[in-house]
Amino acid sequence: MDHEKLTIIGSGPAGLTAALYAARADLSPLVFEGVAAGGQLMITTDVENYPGFPDGILGPELMDAFRKQAQRFDARLQQVDVTEVDFSAKPFRLKVGADEYTSDAVIIATGATAKWLGVPGEEQLTGRGVSACATCDGFFFRDQELVVVGGGDTAMEEALFLTKFASKITIIHRRDEFRASKIMAQRVMDHEKIDVTWNSVVKEITGDKTVESVTVENTQTGEQRELPANGVFIAIGHKPNTELFAGQVDLDENGYVVTSSDGSTRTNVDGVFAAGDVADHIYRQAVTAAGTGCMAAIDAERWLASQE
Amino acid sequence: MSTTNQGDIQTMADNIVTLSDGTFSDAISSDKPILVDFWAEWCGPCKVIAPVLEEIASEHESFTIGKLNVDDNPMPAAKHDVMSIPTLILFKDGMEKKRIVGAAPKQRLLQELAEFL
Repeated sequence: MDHEKLTIIGSGPAGLTAALYAARADLSPLVFEGVAAGGQLMITTDVENYPGFPDGILGPELMDAFRKQAQRFDARLQQVDVTEVDFSAKPFRLKVGADEYTSDAVIIATGATAKWLGVPGEEQLTGRGVSACATCDGFFFRDQELVVVGGGDTAMEEALFLTKFASKITIIHRRDEFRASKIMAQRVMDHEKIDVTWNSVVKEITGDKTVESVTVENTQTGEQRELPANGVFIAIGHKPNTELFAGQVDLDENGYVVTSSDGSTRTNVDGVFAAGDVADHIYRQAVTAAGTGCMAAIDAERWLASQE
Repeated sequence: MSTTNQGDIQTMADNIVTLSDGTFSDAISSDKPILVDFWAEWCGPCKVIAPVLEEIASEHESFTIGKLNVDDNPMPAAKHDVMSIPTLILFKDGMEKKRIVGAAPKQRLLQELAEFL
């Protein structure tokens, strides 16, 4: 069984920034990147709001740079998923399948994952018109009619990206205004290919082999109508990836890891820290994730020093 | 881990082949199963899954892995209603036997493919 001083779970901006700082502090961190290595930025295109890149940068390129920078200082990255953790005794125990590790300190940086609607037809038609990744799948919908569900920045980005391919896009949003930033919402409202259906939710997605239509319900009137569509892109927000930690650290009612009220990255378990979207339902930005990743590494370093 | 250059044939195991519009239908008609990876250069999750498939290819001989770049070769994706990538489809004797949509951890892929290993 391998023993580690510091283990980092996750490899988005939070995990890799924690790895960079911990590696530079000579902690030789072990990073379990997970099969979704790089996190949510891997499925974005242009990142226009990460400081230092005046012309924007591609999400996967940004993450590749993060990774190389962490590796330059000997962070050890493994592209596997942690399958079990036990924080009930020290050293903490982590399992990757049959392999077991122990670690003095752990940083949780597993991020968040896109949510699905959970309506009839969605699961059966996933990959056959239902998608949560416009950059992956937009290509298949040249000159077709699409629906985007959601009202945040992600929904705006997906819709705008899809205008490159689709003939027409309808955004379906359950409220009467977007949650998205003004600049993104304005770009959407100004776009000639995009229509918005307010106060509405998708009740069902139908199609024989591939998506043919969605059933839309107006939340004010209860009225339902059928909207023809070849593709449905879901962008209704995220849920934290914390299934692994249930019963191990305190989670809030939405499943986010609860960090200390003093503003540090400490969790309720001494020696376990959390950074990035897994503990943040408010800001959820690459740069805030990187910032809290740095904080977690410093918190962990100080905590480890205090244990010696 | 740096992303694998999926076009680099030299890094591929022996049982990984590159498919095209022209070679696709012959390749899937074989009685040896073939797992086709529908991918493209601009797809992040495809890059995530590529090294996992190379590992599986190097550890298992019971099926071939066929890489199909949908950008350069759009016909098979259209014919088989692939509208999301990565999509993995296992074919045997020209018939679709299994379909896996989206990137998945190695353990889950192996579970899904258990009957063909």
